[in-house]
Amino acid sequence: MRTIVAASAVLILAVLPVAAPWLQFVLTLAIAKGFAALGVAVLLRAGLISIGHAMFFAASAYGVAFLARAGINDLGLLLILSVLAAALLGAIAGLFLVRYRAIFFAMLNLAVSMVFYALCAKLYSVTGGTDGMTVPVPAVFGVVLGEPTFKSVLFYISLALMLLVGLAIQRYLNSPLGHALAAVHSNEIRLEYLGIPVWAVLLVAYVVSAALAGLGGAIAGFAIGRVVPDFAFWTASGHLVLIAVLGGIGGVPGAFIGALFLELLHSVAVTVTDAWNLIVGLTLIVVIMFLPQGFYGLFSRKEASSL
Amino acid sequence: MTRPILEARGLHVAFNGVKAADGVSISIHDGEFLAIIGPNGSGKTTLLNICTGYIRPGSGSVLLDGHDITHLSPRAIARRGVARAFQIPQLFSAQRVIDNMMLALAAKDGLWNAIRPLDTGARRAEAKALLDLIGLADDTDRISSTLPEGHRKLLDIAVALALKPRLLLLDEPTSGVSALERFPLMEALMSALRQRQITALFVEHDMDVVARYASRVLVWNAGNIMAEGRPDQVFSNAQVRERVIGVA
Ligand SMILES: Nc1ncnc2c1ncn2[C@@H]1O[C@H](COP(=O)(O)OP(=O)(O)O)[C@@H](O)[C@H]1O
Ligand SMILES: [Mg+2]
Repeated sequence: MRTIVAASAVLILAVLPVAAPWLQFVLTLAIAKGFAALGVAVLLRAGLISIGHAMFFAASAYGVAFLARAGINDLGLLLILSVLAAALLGAIAGLFLVRYRAIFFAMLNLAVSMVFYALCAKLYSVTGGTDGMTVPVPAVFGVVLGEPTFKSVLFYISLALMLLVGLAIQRYLNSPLGHALAAVHSNEIRLEYLGIPVWAVLLVAYVVSAALAGLGGAIAGFAIGRVVPDFAFWTASGHLVLIAVLGGIGGVPGAFIGALFLELLHSVAVTVTDAWNLIVGLTLIVVIMFLPQGFYGLFSRKEASSL
Repeated sequence: MTRPILEARGLHVAFNGVKAADGVSISIHDGEFLAIIGPNGSGKTTLLNICTGYIRPGSGSVLLDGHDITHLSPRAIARRGVARAFQIPQLFSAQRVIDNMMLALAAKDGLWNAIRPLDTGARRAEAKALLDLIGLADDTDRISSTLPEGHRKLLDIAVALALKPRLLLLDEPTSGVSALERFPLMEALMSALRQRQITALFVEHDMDVVARYASRVLVWNAGNIMAEGRPDQVFSNAQVRERVIGVA
């Protein structure tokens, strides 16, 4: 049943741009942000809120731009290397950050990401400052494509990655390591007494979440064709948290549903009104008050509550 | 006598001047089921906290198999085969009962797996068997925070057993457990300990339980041991009867 729902959803997404070509860019960007929001949602499992994950999103997009400047021109290679770069950055930041909890974790992520943002904006000679860097159209499996064709290919590759990576993350969350991650939220003392190193469980999750944000950032870089410091700005991080909450705590499909909803709402809303932030705020209030499990809760089977 | 599994030597701990351990030495040997009795606030839980590395003694040391573990973390001590059940159950309360058990089973080997599910047939069967033994067969799929207090206690003990420890430390295992379930719990526990050759130490307030199951009793008072011996010896000690058991 779930597989059927998921398959039809992906099919609908796949044919939507054929009917409405303007949707292709919106959907590609939504999937990109969905990856990053999924990264945030992974950490939410442990009860940790990162308000800094746009840093990894941006770092990976910058990574693509730098690698392209250095002459690497293959989409697959660029994706892999930039995600690895984000994961490495995640490992370094994570070593320091996973010792903190609650508001301290949230604020330190924010602080680190804002340092990163400032560096991107100020190091004009390296990053192009606020002008950012271009992300050129790469070759796909050795084939050089025109820009419109590449954007279509990018969309379908993103869609396929959404499925594959989504399934992999689902597996991770169902594995012993994923359960240990959720247990961090419940009881760290018991985890220690089981002989489980909480910091290592969290570090793995942090690296995974950084890699996910990195994958999203690389896709966004390709889709937009440019990376600017604003990719890393704290409001971008806030949006990722918002999407993760919209999609429901922890659900893998939820992150993408939340991202799709927000991107579609955005693209519709900006054409009729400039009260975008008002709409976002009201939506969040509605979701938190009426759908505590997020949008995903609408689709998932309700469990009978035991009395 | 053989070398003890666990030995505490000259432990001192004080909290704001209150002495919770005042030069205590204890040892527990292979196959023992050692009871610790004593009034509330006399430092029994503190002793377990020290022996598992949760707090550091002001002075003194703890030896496991003759190796100094005084400054090891609870995690490191757990990995050396010491498991603990808590006075206040320490559970993954948002998770189902069976998941609490399966994570404990996976903790020892198989934690570093991000691909296969936690819920494998073999692991579930093993978890189920322990839950059956301990008397939680009907609670398998409940969220553990919804369990009644007594059953949370049982789950906490089952989780500790799932670690397959050599040494099990139980902090008031029967408190909160209904009188009806108390002896079945103790029978199940004893059979598990015997079957798996687990040595255990338990803090206990129910003197019937102590009399019936303990192989040796330590009487704790104000941070020190005031008497020690077989249950019948200890219970006939007039001082113990007056101060700890509350009958003259
Ligand atoms: N972490 C702590 N901080 C301050 N005081 C403590 C702490 N742990 C225990 N105590 C105090 O030490 C004494 C012994 O407590 P405890 O070991 O819990 O006793 P018992 O388990 O025998 O009832 C009590 O007076 C208690 O208030
Ligand atoms: Mg106590």
